Amino acid sequence: MLEAAGLECERGGRTLFRSLSLSLQPGESLRISGANGSGKTSLLRILCGLAAPSAGEVRWHGSPIRELKEEYAKQLVYLGHSSAVKGDLTAAENLSITCTLAGLQVRKTALHAALERFGLGASAVPVRKLSQGQRRRAALARLCLSAAVPLWLLDEPFSALDATGIELLRALLLEHLARRGAVAFTTHQDPGIAATHVVDLG
Amino acid sequence: MLAAARCVVYRDLLLAVRRPGDVATALLFFVIVASLFPLGIGAEPNLLRAVAPGVIWVSALLSCMLSLGRLFAADHDDGTLEQMLLGAAPLGVVVAAKAFAHWLVSGLPLVAIAPLVALQYDLPPALYGVLALSLLLGTPVLSLIGAIGAALILGTRGGGVLLALLVLPLYVPVLIMGAGSIEMAEAGLGAGGQVLLLGAMLLVAAAFAPWAIAAALRISSE
Repeated sequence: MLEAAGLECERGGRTLFRSLSLSLQPGESLRISGANGSGKTSLLRILCGLAAPSAGEVRWHGSPIRELKEEYAKQLVYLGHSSAVKGDLTAAENLSITCTLAGLQVRKTALHAALERFGLGASAVPVRKLSQGQRRRAALARLCLSAAVPLWLLDEPFSALDATGIELLRALLLEHLARRGAVAFTTHQDPGIAATHVVDLG
Repeated sequence: MLAAARCVVYRDLLLAVRRPGDVATALLFFVIVASLFPLGIGAEPNLLRAVAPGVIWVSALLSCMLSLGRLFAADHDDGTLEQMLLGAAPLGVVVAAKAFAHWLVSGLPLVAIAPLVALQYDLPPALYGVLALSLLLGTPVLSLIGAIGAALILGTRGGGVLLALLVLPLYVPVLIMGAGSIEMAEAGLGAGGQVLLLGAMLLVAAAFAPWAIAAALRISSE
């Protein structure tokens, strides 16, 4: 469903990758690996449409994502390197706002169940007072509510998580793949998920 | 689409409530700048009455600038801006909601407090209505035009000064019409023309600025 052909990315006059092609079908996972500065995040940002490639094209079910715009945005969840939570709001407020902006209609009970699953159920303190890992959990809780969204693009989802957090996220990813969703993620660690495709940016 | 706009306004107001200091700073800045002029110029009532419209309007422009720098920068830093760019609603709608929330927090309080500031200039109470009306129509234009600048300077160093250089010249028509409406009313000529022009500026800005802001955001977040 997601195809990229001949992608090229340039940052600060340096070519990060050239003529990179990949395709992702329902139920498949893509792992993007590479050293620091090799362009993992840039590739993910190109795949979700936040950045434009210097050459090449990304297509969703055959149509270029440049033309689909919001229609494509509705089909994906992108979790970037920063957790995208507001420090002055609580985890529940953050999650509810993020879901509304993403066009997901979520019930209060489902929202609390998602936070409960990530161990933030009773947390009524502003996120800025939580630890880095808990902030990450607050962002990842969105995945529990995004079962109907086919494409997940995750930038270093395992970073800052403890062992139980990693286990939880892995279970979520496997659930998503089992219901024929697609996942692309960047990681340094071995995630314990047998990825269908691996792109190594060197 | 409306749900997303409501959500953004609610979010930004909630953030303002959690950080009342930011709102108070811009408002106090307005009051203090406008209060410095009578102290510097001296207590000559005719002179004060003559400079009042211009000084109050310039203070409003500067106070608006003060809060604009953070309009998108805060969301850019914590990654929530990326989520807005990838939202289900058109970006133009989202940024229009953000500009509206900015006005509610930084423009509307000025409208309310301006008559109090005008006391120091011995402005006749009959003019308070025109003063408030001109600010009510003019300050949303400041938020909308300013948001274009705030989106353009995203991610640049020394953005605050650049923002002022970029946006203040664009504020000139609003300043002329806003201050002009009060001067006309003061001279007994009726402020109708200026007020209508301010209203027209607001309509044009509301119709076109959101798309310019959205385009600027897409460019500067790439």
